Amino acid sequence: MNEASRRSDLLVVDDLRVAFPDRDGGMTEAVRGVSFTLGRERLGIVGESGSGKSQTGRAILGLTAPEGRVTARRLAFDGIDLMTCPPKQRRALRGGRIAMVLQDPKFSLNPVMTIGDQIVETLDAHARVSRREGRERALETLRQVQIDDPQRMFDLYPHEVSGGMGQRAMIAMMLIAQPDLLIADEPTSALDVTVQLQVLAILDRLVAERGMGLIFISHDLRLVSTFCDRILVMYAGRIVEEVSAGRLHEAKHPYTRGLVNCLPRLGEDRHPLPTLDRRPEWAS
Amino acid sequence: MKAGLSIEGLRVVYDDFIAVDDVSMRVEPGESFGIVGESGSGKSTVLRAVCGLAPRTAGTVSLIGAAGLPEPGTKAYRRTLQMVFQDPYGSLHPRQTVDRILAEPLAIHDIGDAEARIERALDEVGLGSGFRFRYPHQLSGGQRQRVAIARALILEPQILLLDEPTSALDASVQAEVLNLLEDMRRRHGLTFVMVSHDLAVVTHMCERLMVMQRGRRVEELSSADLARRHVSDPYTKRLMEASEGFRRGA
Repeated sequence: MNEASRRSDLLVVDDLRVAFPDRDGGMTEAVRGVSFTLGRERLGIVGESGSGKSQTGRAILGLTAPEGRVTARRLAFDGIDLMTCPPKQRRALRGGRIAMVLQDPKFSLNPVMTIGDQIVETLDAHARVSRREGRERALETLRQVQIDDPQRMFDLYPHEVSGGMGQRAMIAMMLIAQPDLLIADEPTSALDVTVQLQVLAILDRLVAERGMGLIFISHDLRLVSTFCDRILVMYAGRIVEEVSAGRLHEAKHPYTRGLVNCLPRLGEDRHPLPTLDRRPEWAS
Repeated sequence: MKAGLSIEGLRVVYDDFIAVDDVSMRVEPGESFGIVGESGSGKSTVLRAVCGLAPRTAGTVSLIGAAGLPEPGTKAYRRTLQMVFQDPYGSLHPRQTVDRILAEPLAIHDIGDAEARIERALDEVGLGSGFRFRYPHQLSGGQRQRVAIARALILEPQILLLDEPTSALDASVQAEVLNLLEDMRRRHGLTFVMVSHDLAVVTHMCERLMVMQRGRRVEELSSADLARRHVSDPYTKRLMEASEGFRRGA
């Protein structure tokens, strides 16, 4: 990827905050001032549960739960201010130019609709196509995610396919509208390790061929560091560190270092494993 | 009285689906043994068949190491061998307090002195008595798994069956729970049989391991060999490479 195509203005996030009402009538901030810019690159967001990584992704898409409150100094996609643009425009962007792949195909595909119909439905929402063209484009997209027999897959229901196949179908569904930005929230966590790599290889090729921007949200530091160009590490709603993926071992923040160290590794004999000593100042 | 575990020719069949097909393994008393495989490989079913939660179609399961060890199916057997499940959100009764969760196995096995035993069990897993009257939803995932471990250990078993005990937990919490399990094993001289999809976790915890695929045993090897990447079977090799993360152009 050359520098020109890596323009970092596809997405601008400045001081993003997401808050939810708590039991005492106040608001609790799940995301507390996240800022970054994204070009046509693979950006990883890593953190443990409750770090705000998924809420960051959802806020960009406008999928924050209704009771949540999203604020930002600036949240812009390709020059469009997402905070002030009319809902209709936001809706057109969502699924059209910005798409999202969710964690578990078992729960995110419609169980009573065939896979093919679901893919065509996405296309229908964003473009005017005939039935026949819709079907053909869906089959072509299924082929792109390396499904050997797209015709057969088209007519299957989600419960009739494996997790890896379901996740490919979901990626196909997101890609058919040819988005510029793909947000993948734990896209492979529900899959077996060997299948995980196949799905990642497909994502990787699509990102490279289409020049998409990708935000890869995951708890799996090892996976993200081998897949993405750079990584944002989140803790308690904030970005505590940004590292380029190849330089993970040079990470400076004690939280990032702790996360790297606490994983058991093949060929290493560390008993007991180092654990994370969480410091209150990391969250401040 | 330390106990090991011997499985011979185990077969588990559901209708016409063969979940486990002719699996044999031997775990010496005090040893830590791992079973690795992907979903559907039958690894969890082996554990479930050992503790009686899955039907044994053929084959034998027996405790080894000393004379007079109980037979499978008896109450004494179930006390000797306890299991910790994968999902700490699903394996604790949501409407029972930690106290009641820990009291139940004691009641089932007619063990007195519940008060002191519950206190001690909570202490051992690092929770302290402050957690005794809480409900599972008031605990984090790691704390719940500690309760599940306390519930297994309160019967003073010889063998602990661990079914993906940390795969639902965050990485930093996983390290804490793995350390706790190792500590418990050392302190009580326990035998472990641990199932996981994570090669690194299994080699960290176990001395020997068996790789399974589609209900069958692929190979058995020592963790030391795996750590040195002395692996012969192509499937094990693939698992090993996959565990190292993504490789571009691979």
